[in-house]
Amino acid sequence: MNELWSLSAQQVSSRVRNGDFTIEDYVFQLLERINAIDDKIKAFITVNDDALETARKIDTKIKRQETIGPLAGVAVGVKDNICTKNIRTTCASKLLHEYKPPFDATVISRLKERDAIIIGKLNLDEFAMGSTTEFGSFGPTHNPWDPNYVVGGSSGGSAASVAASECTVSLGSDTGGSIRCPASFCSVVGFKPTYGSVSRYGLISYSNSLEQIGPIARTVSDIVMMMNAISGHDENDNTTHFQKMYEFSDASDLKKPVRFGLVKELIEGSDPVISRLVYSSMDLLSSAGFKWEEISLNSIDYSLASYYTIAMAEASSNLARYDNLRYGFDCQPEGYEWNSYFSTIRNNFGDEVKKRIMIGSHVLLSGYYSKYYLKAQKIRSILRQEVKKLFKYIDILISPTMPVLPFRLGEGIDNPMKRYLIDANTVIANLIGIPAISIPTGFNDKLPIGVQLMADEMQDQLLLSVSKIYERIAGVRRKPDFI
Amino acid sequence: MTGIVRIGVEIHCQLTGLNSKLFCKCRGDYRNDLPNRNVCPICTGQPGTMPLLNNKAIDYSCMIALALGCTIPSEMGFYRKNYFYPDLPKNYQITQYDSGGIGSVGSNGKLEFGKEYARIRRIQLEEDPGRLIYEGGDMDTSFYTLVDYNRAGTALVEIVTEPDFKDAATVRAFLNKLTSILEHLGVCNTKLEGSVRCDANISIDNGKRVEIKNVGSFREVEKALNFEIIRQESLSSRNIEIKSETRHWDNERKVTKQSRAKEEEQDYKYFLEPDIPIVLLDKSYLNSIQQTMPELPDKRRTRFVEEYHLSDHVSQVLINNKEMADFFESAVRIYSSPKEIANWLVSDLMSYIGVSKTDETSLTDLKIGPRHIAELAKLVDENSISRHTAKSMLNRILRTGEMPSQLVGQFDSSKIIDEKILTKAIEDTFDSERAAVIDASSNPSVINFLLGKVLKLTKGRADPQIALSLIMDKLNKN
Ligand SMILES: [Zn+2]
Repeated sequence: MNELWSLSAQQVSSRVRNGDFTIEDYVFQLLERINAIDDKIKAFITVNDDALETARKIDTKIKRQETIGPLAGVAVGVKDNICTKNIRTTCASKLLHEYKPPFDATVISRLKERDAIIIGKLNLDEFAMGSTTEFGSFGPTHNPWDPNYVVGGSSGGSAASVAASECTVSLGSDTGGSIRCPASFCSVVGFKPTYGSVSRYGLISYSNSLEQIGPIARTVSDIVMMMNAISGHDENDNTTHFQKMYEFSDASDLKKPVRFGLVKELIEGSDPVISRLVYSSMDLLSSAGFKWEEISLNSIDYSLASYYTIAMAEASSNLARYDNLRYGFDCQPEGYEWNSYFSTIRNNFGDEVKKRIMIGSHVLLSGYYSKYYLKAQKIRSILRQEVKKLFKYIDILISPTMPVLPFRLGEGIDNPMKRYLIDANTVIANLIGIPAISIPTGFNDKLPIGVQLMADEMQDQLLLSVSKIYERIAGVRRKPDFI
Repeated sequence: MTGIVRIGVEIHCQLTGLNSKLFCKCRGDYRNDLPNRNVCPICTGQPGTMPLLNNKAIDYSCMIALALGCTIPSEMGFYRKNYFYPDLPKNYQITQYDSGGIGSVGSNGKLEFGKEYARIRRIQLEEDPGRLIYEGGDMDTSFYTLVDYNRAGTALVEIVTEPDFKDAATVRAFLNKLTSILEHLGVCNTKLEGSVRCDANISIDNGKRVEIKNVGSFREVEKALNFEIIRQESLSSRNIEIKSETRHWDNERKVTKQSRAKEEEQDYKYFLEPDIPIVLLDKSYLNSIQQTMPELPDKRRTRFVEEYHLSDHVSQVLINNKEMADFFESAVRIYSSPKEIANWLVSDLMSYIGVSKTDETSLTDLKIGPRHIAELAKLVDENSISRHTAKSMLNRILRTGEMPSQLVGQFDSSKIIDEKILTKAIEDTFDSERAAVIDASSNPSVINFLLGKVLKLTKGRADPQIALSLIMDKLNKN
């Protein structure tokens, strides 16, 4: 019964079904592991006290030969901006440190219905605003490959916990790369599905028009398993697609030849170490019989500006509700005039959040609206048209997930522009709403490098099938060697 | 001296006909709840919640837009209006706005009322905020304020007119017509407290615009405007400049007063609500709304004239108050005597529901129903009781709810049995109906004709039995 924690979701689910081990044993091992190593990683904000109890309940069902859900035994870590009923959901913000949501996010209830176990809540940048998981009120998460390095973000806890095998799989949210960036920095798989394919009900909004919930796992097969559980129309989210529940196949057979397009601008803008690795994996694709070509995306230069303008504008409005009147932390409003109470409360936001609220409010002011916000939306639609045109003859766009290697914690923290630039490769998928995935591709010494694959809207199945092939070709099998 | 007055109004009408709020499943009717009971995660703005658009609210707002002759866009969107206020759970209001081709549910409409009309600038669907309850009565005298979110998120339709009104009475006439339309559509029970609210803006001689807010009911609007016209005219007659400002109506003292806090020009930072997809209002949808829409007041008036042969005036009076028009039609269904019933309603019942006294009394508060009026009309038609008797009966029925037929015996005492009075009436009739009197000896049915004339002369109060025997006596003597 050693090292159960290293199993994939697929392995766990089939082996608990066969009675190889109990879910209680498995969850207990994970909890012990979290206890032992999370001090160094700090992926978890909250560990779910009920996890063992739930595990025992499902074990009983197995013993009684009752039907069990497809995710029985799978221990899911959840980014702490996804609402979990009666488990505090903090967004790594002082304003929500005490907040216990009265309801489960749709993804959470779908996981529970399928007998998955919510093992805990995972660290992030405050309100998901960041690319390193350094900007939360609980402090930074450390990279399992080297704790002195950043883990990426904002779903840093979600990627680190999966990489360090503290949970089977996890959920993150991706507004401009927040799933793919930490997946790349931690050498795990991170998937951002087509906008509208996974319900956002219960995801605490940062930028509604850009973000999606998605899974992080150690294998593409586990991603497929999670997507089968969480995707599909939700009556609580008017922006979900009106399709029946998705059914993704784990097979890697392709119905027709797949053409890859390597995005020239993104490879040129990357660290040469990363470019070299991506080119060598293109060679591997070639030898596996795939055709690829370099393609160009002209509007890419403006996409980052467009992304940050839209994200901050929406954020400034989304975060207005945190005034501590209806929920929040202990701070009596008595004796305050309401304006001064609101500002006292809202002074508890971290600096990064305050900055984004202020910029976001600014670009929406009537005097600046057309200069910034409207222009950002125009760029968004131009980019969309350009990419849509590419997808007429290219099936998969390929690029490095991140233009840089993981860097040291705190490095360049006084140069926010430089920090924003590292999202250049990932924001495209969010601006357009297309699916994108980051897959481990190799290492530079001990630091992971990921490759990003993108497909057209609603082509999630194609993207996942290709990802399985790519995963096999890239053949990255290393695990973090600490502990 | 009277200058050119220009008044525009902005009406907020709650869609009380809806079962649920605009973006969640909480009840639309919040009026009988303890504070903060009719709430859920969505309407209290809990993190992670998303607005779920109530499709019935779209139907209703389209009905209003159609009824007011508005242009309806093929694509309609919702916007966030961002401002901080403790009654706003999200610190933004989801409303509509016109930007980049994604407009609100209606614009450029026109409503005729009587011989006048007003242009409708726009109609938008939005959510109502919660309610602030000042412990000391109002903001100036309160140490603390309580917030009740029961109302938060209920559906409102905002109707904005162009400044087309020249006096307060015209505004009142417009509001009456609008009320009748809203009632006929079944979208809003305008009698519920706070279900319709009206703000107004007013300028004289193209001067500065003054906004009047906090007007509690449509009836108060007329008073507030009249006060404001006099105030502004007296200022300009003394050459005092009228400031562009917002004034609040003080319902106690019946004056408008300057708002305590200077309301600065707010920048609401509008942008499209990303969580509500664009709503497509295609032709076939609008056609189906148009076809299934309840009958509107103007059409109903025409029908009353054609179907019941009522005068235009009587039809209009009935239809101005939908309850009254419905009452009329129910009574006619029981006893088909439209003119008689309409008369009872317009000249008698109307005074009891006090359109001119208190707006609050409604027909449903009275003990009288269509059955009563139908029966009353029938009794009079059949000459079983005189109209005079019937009127006395109505007075009593209003209090007791008894059926008129049960009262006939008790009210007989009011019949004329005095032979002297009856003989005088018969003599007068014989004088004016000489030909009939001669015919009577050869044709007995003429006797009934003479009796009818006597009854008419006594306004139905003659006791038919006694009158008949007196007529026979007199014919025999002749
Ligand atoms: Zn609600």
